[in-house]
Amino acid sequence: MELVNLALKAIFVENILLAFFLGMCSFLAVSKQVKTAIGLGFAVIFVLGITVPINWLVHEFLLKSGSLAWVSPAMAEVDLSFLNFIAFIAVIAAMVQLVEMVIEKTSTGLYHALGIYLPLITVNCSILGGSLFMVERSYSFSESLVFGLSSGVGWALAIIALASIREKIRYSNVPPALRGLGITMLLTGLMSIGFMSFSGISL
Amino acid sequence: MADPKVLPQAPAIEREPLFSPQNRTVLKDPLSDNNPITIQVLGICSALAVTTQVKPSLVMGIAVIFVLVFSNLIISLMRNLIPNNVRIIVQMTVVASLVVVVDQVLKAYAYDVSRQLSVFVALIITNCIIMGRLEAFAMTNKPWPSVLDALGNGLGYALVILAVGFCRELFGSGKIFGLQVIPQALYNAGYVDNGLMVLAPGAFILMGLLIWAQRRMSGYAEEA
Repeated sequence: MELVNLALKAIFVENILLAFFLGMCSFLAVSKQVKTAIGLGFAVIFVLGITVPINWLVHEFLLKSGSLAWVSPAMAEVDLSFLNFIAFIAVIAAMVQLVEMVIEKTSTGLYHALGIYLPLITVNCSILGGSLFMVERSYSFSESLVFGLSSGVGWALAIIALASIREKIRYSNVPPALRGLGITMLLTGLMSIGFMSFSGISL
Repeated sequence: MADPKVLPQAPAIEREPLFSPQNRTVLKDPLSDNNPITIQVLGICSALAVTTQVKPSLVMGIAVIFVLVFSNLIISLMRNLIPNNVRIIVQMTVVASLVVVVDQVLKAYAYDVSRQLSVFVALIITNCIIMGRLEAFAMTNKPWPSVLDALGNGLGYALVILAVGFCRELFGSGKIFGLQVIPQALYNAGYVDNGLMVLAPGAFILMGLLIWAQRRMSGYAEEA
């Protein structure tokens, strides 16, 4: 039940994009068409769902203060947590490469659907942000798995919604200087207000 | 000095020996005509997240300028040594190391601000301004223009987030740098702080309006 609650919170109440502004760059760049938005959305769910638990393992068994005690008791005092950022980004870059290769070998259909978006994801800040939030809020393994997946779902939801609005707004007469980025920001603001109405919901 | 391929020209104003006209353009262009946030659409995430107050915006601006200048310099010095297919990993490593330095310094000397910025200091690693400038400029230019380009883009970024931070703190809580600037008399007369400003939607909307104003002035328009 707590996990369901966490998932609801990560998708709606604390949407990683609309409340924490993570992954804005690709959100703005790839939200012109619903089809591409869906592709990128699923790629993000996929990668977040994999990297957050893996980074949890890395943090828990290699980097956290005292986590090297399993190697030898003499290393119980070692604190490598300042290496967190470098380790996380390396894991993410490596995982993205690996996932891309595995998908290419196993499922051609999925590869063609996600393929082009996967490399983009390494520099999507919502992925690194997911791992960092996981450390900051000290989640357990199962919590980090649920958190990773549901943050991804929240992000995908937001980008698909925005892409549908942008497809419609193409027929509206927006002032020239507001076109593109400007109007998208205003739209995102309104969407964010919408998502705020979920706050306070918990099961 | 090296000449970058695509540089829109801007009128030269000041005259200094080290700054050839091209270098001046490199430095000055990102401040307005080619601003990283409002025109190039890079680095929006952190620009929205840290700007609830002026102080964290200032610290974030300085941190980004630092990381940008040094990563541009290092990558530009190494540009002929980096094999093309591993360049992203090399760039990431350089940037991540610099960000670790910034993070540790902040934790040591400005702990409260570091707490306030939380994960966003670390997220400078994936800040698209840094990757964008490394890819677009430092990989193909000599060190000195790269430093100027980094400085220009960093300042352009800092300028925008300071403006947003200023508005959000002023209208959201009536303070600047934590000091009360809106007089009590005004509150007594019925003035109320706009709570939306410090929340996420306020940031989006304010940024949208700022982009509108900036593009209106610089005459830049995107195709719909």
